[in-house]
Amino acid sequence: MATKTDIARQFIEAIPHSKALGMRLTEMGEGTSTIEMPYDEKLVGDPETGVLHGGAVSALMDTCCGAAVMSHPASPGGTATIDLRIDYMRAATPGQSITATAICYHVTRTVAFVRATATDEDTDNPVASATGAFTVEAAR
Amino acid sequence: MKAPRRPPEPVQVIKQRRDATLRALVEGVPYIQYLGMQFERKGDELTGVLPFDQKLIGNPMLPAIHGGVTAAFLEVTAIITLSWTYLWEDVESGAIDTATLEAGGLPRLPKTIDISTDYLRSGLPRDAYARARINRSGRRYASVHVEAWQDNRNRLFAQATGHFLMPQRRE
Repeated sequence: MATKTDIARQFIEAIPHSKALGMRLTEMGEGTSTIEMPYDEKLVGDPETGVLHGGAVSALMDTCCGAAVMSHPASPGGTATIDLRIDYMRAATPGQSITATAICYHVTRTVAFVRATATDEDTDNPVASATGAFTVEAAR
Repeated sequence: MKAPRRPPEPVQVIKQRRDATLRALVEGVPYIQYLGMQFERKGDELTGVLPFDQKLIGNPMLPAIHGGVTAAFLEVTAIITLSWTYLWEDVESGAIDTATLEAGGLPRLPKTIDISTDYLRSGLPRDAYARARINRSGRRYASVHVEAWQDNRNRLFAQATGHFLMPQRRE
């Protein structure tokens, strides 16, 4: 039988842009999700150093936060981003994949509040953090 | 007595220098190329253009552009506009060396400290446009606001405010 994580993984991996960036959902709980994005030269923002562009990290953060909202028991349907703020703490190490973990820490009837952290292989020093608000939609 | 004024440069010379600088900024970054972004220039005013593509979709049911793509589009527009403004004086004076730029000698780019994106309506499967306004640009930090729209200039689909760390001039 397909688990909830399997279904969610298929859903995430069916999003054309997430698929194009090679995102893979590795964990999903009740209001939490972890998504991995492999290093890819086409996503480089600084050709001199090979560091990934912040925009690619934004795409990962947005997908991961949205997945956390959808995994929350109080959020029956889909979701859309209302706002998302990203802080870039340091450059990601070239060649390493980025892993984002999001937690949907509060849900009302209409709004879900989420925060997320992204790291490379040095998991003690986050690359970026994000906070956002997402819509809560009725079950389809 | 005033010093004799230098005659204005021929229009094609100055245009060539401006366009070469802009091209170096945009074509030098793999991720900008991956998104398929372009920039249109009128004098010193830049407009970021994101032609629609299937790989930019985030919600196949609607369909709508991925929120991450929208954020990236705004961030790239902010960074390019900021770099462009920072280089403008050197482009105009001719201090910038277009031959080095064309050979891939990309100028140092500002680094994003943080960026906050508001999603005002869903991004339709259409081309998108963005323009940035630099609200403050100091020696080290800059604050930039960016607006993005699709069919109607007055109906923004997203806006963002970001803070950036400016590249330090090599002494």
